[in-house]
Amino acid sequence: MENEFLKNRLNVNRRHFLGKAAVGLGSMALGSMMMPDLFKSGDLASSFPLGLPHFAPKAKRVIYLFQNGAPSQLESFDYKPMLNKLAGQDLPASIRNGQRLTGMTSGQSNFPMVGSYFKFNQHGKSGAWISELFPNIAKIADDICIVKTMNTEAINHDPALTFLQTGAQVGNRPSMGAWLSYGLGSENQNLPAFCVLLSRGRGNGQGVYSKLWTNGFLDSTHQGVVFSSGEDPILYLNNPEGTDKTSRRRMLDKLAELNHLGFDQNADPEVEAKIKQYEMAYRMQTAVPELTDLSKEPDHIIKMYGPDCLVPGTYAANALLARKLSESGVRFVQLYHQGWDQHGNLTGEMPLQAEDVDRASAALVTDLKQRGLLDETLVIWGGEFGRTNYSQGKFGVDNYGRDHHPRAYSIWMAGGGIKGGTVYGETDELGYNIIKDPVHIHDFHATVMHCMGLNHEAMTYKHLGRRYRLTDIAGNVIPGLLA
Amino acid sequence: MNKTVLKKFFFLVITLTGIVFVNFECTDSTAQGVPDLIDYNFHVRPILSDRCFACHGPDEKKREANLRLDTEDGAFAALQDNPKAHVVVKGNPQKSDLFQRIIAKDTSLRMPPPNSNLTLTQDEIKIIEKWISQGAKVKKHWAFIPPEKSTLPKADKDWVKNEIDYFVYDKMKSLGISPSDQADKESLLKRVSFDLVGLPPTIHMQEAFLKDQSPDAYEKVVNQLLKNQHFGERMALNWLDVARYADSHGYQDDGLRTMWPWRDWVIHAFNSNYSYKKFITWQLAGDILADKMKWHPKAKEMKLATGFNRNHKITQEGGVIDEEYRVEYVTDRTNTFGKSILAMTLECAKCHTHKFDPISHEEYYGTFAFFNQVPEKGLFGTIDASFADPPNMEIKNEDVKSIFNFINKKDTSRLQVMIMKDSSVLQPTYILERGNYDSHGKVVDFTTPEAILKFQNYEKNRLGLSQWLFDAKNPLTSRVYVNRIWDQFFGRGLVKTTGDFGMQGELPTHPELLDWLSADFQQNGWNIKRLVKKIVMSATYRQSSDLNKEHIQKDPENKYLARSTRMRIPAEMVRDHVLSASGILNEEIGGPSIKPYQPKGLWEVATSGRGTLATYVQDHGKDLYRRGMYVFIKRTVPPPAMLIFDASNRDQCEVQRTRTNTPLQALAMLNDPHVLESSRVMAQEQLLKNMKIEDALENGFRRIVCRKPSKKELAILLSYYEDEKAFFKNEPKKILALQKIGEYEHKNVKDLVGFAALLQTYQMIFNMEETLIRV
Repeated sequence: MENEFLKNRLNVNRRHFLGKAAVGLGSMALGSMMMPDLFKSGDLASSFPLGLPHFAPKAKRVIYLFQNGAPSQLESFDYKPMLNKLAGQDLPASIRNGQRLTGMTSGQSNFPMVGSYFKFNQHGKSGAWISELFPNIAKIADDICIVKTMNTEAINHDPALTFLQTGAQVGNRPSMGAWLSYGLGSENQNLPAFCVLLSRGRGNGQGVYSKLWTNGFLDSTHQGVVFSSGEDPILYLNNPEGTDKTSRRRMLDKLAELNHLGFDQNADPEVEAKIKQYEMAYRMQTAVPELTDLSKEPDHIIKMYGPDCLVPGTYAANALLARKLSESGVRFVQLYHQGWDQHGNLTGEMPLQAEDVDRASAALVTDLKQRGLLDETLVIWGGEFGRTNYSQGKFGVDNYGRDHHPRAYSIWMAGGGIKGGTVYGETDELGYNIIKDPVHIHDFHATVMHCMGLNHEAMTYKHLGRRYRLTDIAGNVIPGLLA
Repeated sequence: MNKTVLKKFFFLVITLTGIVFVNFECTDSTAQGVPDLIDYNFHVRPILSDRCFACHGPDEKKREANLRLDTEDGAFAALQDNPKAHVVVKGNPQKSDLFQRIIAKDTSLRMPPPNSNLTLTQDEIKIIEKWISQGAKVKKHWAFIPPEKSTLPKADKDWVKNEIDYFVYDKMKSLGISPSDQADKESLLKRVSFDLVGLPPTIHMQEAFLKDQSPDAYEKVVNQLLKNQHFGERMALNWLDVARYADSHGYQDDGLRTMWPWRDWVIHAFNSNYSYKKFITWQLAGDILADKMKWHPKAKEMKLATGFNRNHKITQEGGVIDEEYRVEYVTDRTNTFGKSILAMTLECAKCHTHKFDPISHEEYYGTFAFFNQVPEKGLFGTIDASFADPPNMEIKNEDVKSIFNFINKKDTSRLQVMIMKDSSVLQPTYILERGNYDSHGKVVDFTTPEAILKFQNYEKNRLGLSQWLFDAKNPLTSRVYVNRIWDQFFGRGLVKTTGDFGMQGELPTHPELLDWLSADFQQNGWNIKRLVKKIVMSATYRQSSDLNKEHIQKDPENKYLARSTRMRIPAEMVRDHVLSASGILNEEIGGPSIKPYQPKGLWEVATSGRGTLATYVQDHGKDLYRRGMYVFIKRTVPPPAMLIFDASNRDQCEVQRTRTNTPLQALAMLNDPHVLESSRVMAQEQLLKNMKIEDALENGFRRIVCRKPSKKELAILLSYYEDEKAFFKNEPKKILALQKIGEYEHKNVKDLVGFAALLQTYQMIFNMEETLIRV
């Protein structure tokens, strides 16, 4: 019976009701015709497009602090003093062991290893090594789980980012947030289930692109909605100049009258659905600006995130906004902070990048914890791959760059379902290869879904004849990361 | 309620929901209860394919117990570990291991195994049992049998208008429903106008059609629309999704590309009514054809058409491995070929033999070989190194005056377009193990999936590939296109999965009709306009879309076509409609893409800062008012108003858009400056005409909704107008703000209060549900 139940939830997906199948028939309304209560606003079931999670979830929501461009693990969380000792020496071919190189260093005649210019210290009960660039994250060492053995196949930004976000290097697959929106739905009637916040640092940057928050082959209702720091937090949210809230209300009331007359003629349930969408839009016009207004946050919060959090569009402001959105029930909040691509001048740029994100990232975890929300919120911090242990271009112990490195890199996670105060996995002395407990991108996805109460192998969507998963055909939940 | 109780209640709600889902699923095509006579193609294979083929299908590397169920031999074979027993014993389910395994209580024996997360419903098990009892007849997959015309079924002679209707009538009768009345004239005109030219009918057209009482009044309209130059635009729109057309290269840095002359060609091809055969052959192999026919006046045009296969994304990220991306481009072409022309999911055979369809790993690379001959690079250069990576062709200014007179080139600057070309020396194509660009397997020869049609006696190049496609024995080419055109006009293909005619695709709702139309299309020179005309002239197409309880109950999805389907118009046409109704649409055809109003900062916040497309530079003047299909598509940040209305992001070939209904659409219609500007311009112009307010309201309503308002509707409009007038009397500042909206010429009107009220009323009409519906 349980299997059957599972199957029904998985096979009969919301698209049957909301998507193509419902062509011409009210999407919402068709659903409500078949299942009288399912789509009624405010009822319990409506917040779960696919039904309950597969098992009791530890986390209800995700905040993903994406460090776009790939921050170096060797100057953040993977301490390798051996590299300082061997500085300038060529990376042994036996260590590289056939690893393909990007076009940026494939022509380089030697690969001089270089150690971190920045000092490391041990922090928290676990004694985790964290570089001096991240003093605030160091203070929450007991809340976070540092994973030092993330690995991927991609060696360039676009495929690596796409892989991390969608489970495949190429192709128009749904991103993580879209999968969770599809699987778990929204907890808030007035907000999208999947929100995206963008910011830019001061280091060498790589762009972001809407494919990273795409719904892929899922309904476009699962697409990430970008919140902008401009006048309209959501596209087209504000009434135009010359139209105020009372005007809008008058229009919507008359509009509903007109639409009801239409319904009398055509009997199309889509009309009712349309009226509801206009009402939701109207509610969003109030709910969203209230939420995105950070000026009313109390002083101690502002102090915690830092003064930047009052400057719209900064990482700090986005981190604070992420907390508010998440607290309001947004299933997946995805931040992207650009500027982590230090092919050169790493010693100059990385401190600026770290300064942008260190305080606010730590503040977010602390803030959630103080509100009692950390247990049910999964926070993830990290980039798309790591950086080489040798210098790209001119070598100098105080001025160097690092190329892309897929075999091992570090991220951290905190909150719902994750074992805080741990360091997971080990790399070799040179920080090049993994020697213990690897975590592949697919494993990472499987684990995140597990925390959300979803079995990554059972959470499928059938498209053009094939059942797709976020984890494609691989991935294992990593028990060592779990609380 | 305490928490535990609440949780239990919660679980109950969900469980009940699950049960309702089950019932609903039973009405779906995979299990329609248990029919009296079991048909292998319609009832059995869909179950076997979906639940069994992944482990007992075409892919021998993944095949368990050396058992395959996708072939007749396999299904009746003896078991590997017990040669006395057989998978299927005709007429005897009890002796058939297949049946014993699907009913096994022991989970170690039961199929599908629990860890597959797949199960069979009771009905499905009964279907298999009955199929075996009835003799277990196996048939070839329906889509691989070439279509033939069958005799027309009996139908109500008073209702039918052409062959389509005989088949449709027969089917709806089998469900016990009758056709709807013909749509009223205004609805029909709106429908056929949006469907054929993508624009609303003008009041003039509405009046003329209402007045024309002649029996062929409708046909006259259809003929006019088919001749209209906007027909090419309407038809091109769907093809641009298929061809993943865009104005930027697509990967991370995402620089500018100039493929728009190819788009101009597509419009031209539809307007010139090129046959589907010519349309596809030129796009697939125009370069090869042109080299053979250098004397041909259109040789250069043939080459331009091949831009189709260069519309895929191209990376400009410094540091990528060249071969990795070159292989990716060839892969994209191969997959696009499969999806768009054959409706086969070829891409599933990229890493291993297809799990469901008879397409081997080797055949995939045999098809790949055709597209693997291009002298190209994975990374030609970083951002702005080129707007048209080689191979390319130059569109010369003198060409535009002669052979390329359909290209809307606006200045004399240099213009290049990417095209296809084959290297002079044959490049070997390897099987790529697991699909990896650097894992070469054995060399393969040019070929195609043999299960569709054997590739023999054709040229071994892309021209041969198109000869194979248009061979009279190819079972897919015409069916797939006819089905997609059907989908365009009815909102649902005769095969619902327009991109998958394989084992996992849906079965046709009207197989005989699909075959009749496909054979007819083939026999009549692949004439697209003829096909389109047959569809829109049918009684089926002309039915009213009003719903009644019986239809909703018996056929909620409108599979049986006893009514027309109300559909929201595509994203680009939302824009076209608004601009056209208000009279500010610039109807110019073709040319470079344009950048209309767009919320600030969208490109800037996402860019790496490199290249000409780092910042969005909005256009001005009449370029602001061009049709939606010309809005600039920067792939990494597609135009927001388009995505909100479900347009493709043009990342890869798409043959079907979703159609959603979201609050973001409401916000866009209420607050997008284009809509407001249209209302503003209409209000100013009407006031300058000194019309009676009732007339101004009726006129606006007819332009926007495309029919006359009822008395009740007019009364609502009027009362809203009066309310707004009262409101604006004391709000001069608000009026001033409304006056300023948009860059379109601002005209001074005396009655400012009346202007503001009228603007709001038009804005409301633009937001009516019916406005964006092709009724």
